[in-house]
Amino acid sequence: MRSILQSGVLRKTAGAFATLGGVAVFVFFMLRAIPGDAISASLGTEAAGLTEAQRQALEQYYGLDQSLPEQFFSWLGNLFQGNLGFSVRAQQPVLDLTIAALPVTFQLAVFAIILALGVGVPIGMLAASRVGKGRDVFGQALSLLGLSVPAFLLATTLLTYLAVTFGFNPNGLGYKTFFEDPSVNLQQMLLPSIVLAFGISAPIIRTTRAAVLEIRGQDFIRTARAKGVSTRILQFKHILRNALIPIVTITGLQFGYLLGGAVVIEQIFSIPGVGRQVLLGIQQKEYALVQSTVLVIAASFVIINLLTDLLYRAIDPRVRAE
Amino acid sequence: MTQLKKWSARPAKAFALISVASLVLAGCAAAEEEEPTAAPTATQAEEPAAVGGNLVMGVTSDPDTIFPWKATQFQAFRMLENIYDTLTAFDADLNVVPALAESWEVSADGTSITFNLRDGVKFADGSDFDSADVKYSYEAIQDEANAGVARSTLGGVTSIEAPDADTVILNLATADVGLLANLTTTNLAIVSSDDTEESLSNATNGTGPFMLESRTAGQNVILARNPNYWGDPTPLDTLEFRVLPDEAAIAAAMSAGNVQLAVFGDPITARAIAGEVTVNTTPQLSYHALMMNPSKGTTSDQNVRLAIQCAIDRQVVLDTALLGEGQVTGPITSPAFRSDPSARPCPERDLAKAAEYLAASGNPDGLEIDVMVPQGLYAGELEIGQAVAAQLAEANITMNLEVEERGTYIDRWIAGDFVAAIAQNGGKPDPDGMYGRYFPSTGNLNQVAGYSSASMDQLFADGKVESDPVKRKAIYADVSAELESNAVWVWLFSGYSYTATSDTMTGFTPMTTGSWQYLRTTGLK
Repeated sequence: MRSILQSGVLRKTAGAFATLGGVAVFVFFMLRAIPGDAISASLGTEAAGLTEAQRQALEQYYGLDQSLPEQFFSWLGNLFQGNLGFSVRAQQPVLDLTIAALPVTFQLAVFAIILALGVGVPIGMLAASRVGKGRDVFGQALSLLGLSVPAFLLATTLLTYLAVTFGFNPNGLGYKTFFEDPSVNLQQMLLPSIVLAFGISAPIIRTTRAAVLEIRGQDFIRTARAKGVSTRILQFKHILRNALIPIVTITGLQFGYLLGGAVVIEQIFSIPGVGRQVLLGIQQKEYALVQSTVLVIAASFVIINLLTDLLYRAIDPRVRAE
Repeated sequence: MTQLKKWSARPAKAFALISVASLVLAGCAAAEEEEPTAAPTATQAEEPAAVGGNLVMGVTSDPDTIFPWKATQFQAFRMLENIYDTLTAFDADLNVVPALAESWEVSADGTSITFNLRDGVKFADGSDFDSADVKYSYEAIQDEANAGVARSTLGGVTSIEAPDADTVILNLATADVGLLANLTTTNLAIVSSDDTEESLSNATNGTGPFMLESRTAGQNVILARNPNYWGDPTPLDTLEFRVLPDEAAIAAAMSAGNVQLAVFGDPITARAIAGEVTVNTTPQLSYHALMMNPSKGTTSDQNVRLAIQCAIDRQVVLDTALLGEGQVTGPITSPAFRSDPSARPCPERDLAKAAEYLAASGNPDGLEIDVMVPQGLYAGELEIGQAVAAQLAEANITMNLEVEERGTYIDRWIAGDFVAAIAQNGGKPDPDGMYGRYFPSTGNLNQVAGYSSASMDQLFADGKVESDPVKRKAIYADVSAELESNAVWVWLFSGYSYTATSDTMTGFTPMTTGSWQYLRTTGLK
């Protein structure tokens, strides 16, 4: 049993490293396939006026004077030494920038997931409790809205309406971490979390509804009901618990995506998370910044997936038995 | 072209903004608006500024560098002009006025300019400013290895002398009347001879009214009053450039009172701001054009270019693409040298004449033309392309829009790899600074312009040495006439910028150059 577990963990770990390796190669070459470089990104059309010697000086400044394999292996070698590179724009190590940005995105993702679960699971259960009736139609309509209303539209509308009508715009105060100012930080996270949760709650509602319906039709539920188990215990202990696997799966996936940075939301609400960091890096063609941040995001995604797998084992004894 | 970088087009968000703007305009009092003015006017200049206070200006991006010789990004350039000084400067009416140079004398033949430097000037670190700093700065910018972006401005400077601490002499290969105006750029900022690019990449040390207090990547830059500034101390204790990456977010922050000042490219967003805010509309020197490449493809035929010129109604394009927010223009947008927009073969749209030119080009049944259009560079780019295409279609000219992502567009623009391109180019107060790189055959952007001629070379050479303002204006009128009569490009219109100021602040003057130099006189009431 132990060796099986060990081999499973080893297999997953090896798979995770292979994934990260693939991401590293993919991002490195995709970035260079995008037209332009750090020089034209920085100078724009002014780059047309550069002499050859000026261009060479700038290529050296931005580290573009090396061949592609040299750039790749130099970056990879530095990664193994814990050096994620240096942002010329910010004049800071990428590691420092990522250490500052990652907790911001993590906090936003956690808040959004909590809100989405808090709304999505009860509504999904309610929808499943009366199929085809009012609460089901409401749940389905809400999830349809969540899927179809673009986040940027909801975000811009909320931001502008609340600022203009009520003068409420904590995100305009400049970002504050929780430790700098808990009250302002929580206010700044409120609207982006709501917008993100609105979109995420849609698949959670649908998944919950489908899972609950499936479990409710199973024999052990009928048996429990026949034995006189109360509706409340039946709903939460028997149905919900058994429906949790797909809900955890979808939540884990959504959480992973959120850690990748809700780029548009971070942009609109001026949240300095990893999404904005990657966006800025792409706009400025800061290769080291984008490559390393994407790799950190990919690693977070892989870790979340591993944690999700572990959560299955905690939730479902059948998984443990396997 | 730095102007290009201020604008950012987000078509999807534009839809959202229009929705929001409608909502806001329906229910709330919009910002007070002032009519566009030909000359910049001080915002609430009559109100004295109190000494002290912290002003927050909303910006969509933080500076990508704080080293002045390499700054081209709009935000970086505008921030740094409040930290560093140059020998000369522009006033609000675009006159060249003294800055670090208190006065200057030009030799009779124009090949030597002697600058008398201001006394008692110190850098922010307390060290003295003198002629050695000017010599050091200019020689370093001339050195190609330093990749200073304004190197070509000093291209005609053969030597720099510093005979004493208060005097600098620039010796020129030939007279250059526009040099005094061109020295105003922050890319020619004077830094201390004790500083290097490395030392000035993390900290600033200028002679300007502000100095860098802190910088948090992606969040804000805070400037503090420079106690060693030689001029009147700025009223503000600190000036924060707060990064709110979306213009709608800046507008929301102004409505909520979190931000006191912002400059917008999008009029809809600026006018949706609620509360006690005034929006000043300022004409800009930058201009929109249909750049044609007279050295390439279909547009190498002058008759084709003239047919295109005659087929376009610029006012209709302006009304359609930018809701009429701008002014139809000729090549030169600077007030002192402004081109007459109607002085060209087709002052108004003339489809009959367009047909004649097409027939003369051997294409009586029409033709197709590929036009490169940027995506993500500035507001209205695609709309301008579509409006021009619609007009040309009526003249049997089919315009194939090649919509290119920012990076591709810039790469192709730099290489002159286009038959025609929709573009927004930056303008400058001096016409030599504006077009001296494009149309003389030796200009470093001539491969982009695609056009040169012996007469054009002569006109620019004459313009450089002619010191009589009236004769100089006539020379650049001739430049304008040659460009228009050959339909080198089709100059469409120049746009506006929208400066939103909270009623709690005073003393800021928006400029047609887009400069924020009057932040030094800005204060809170």
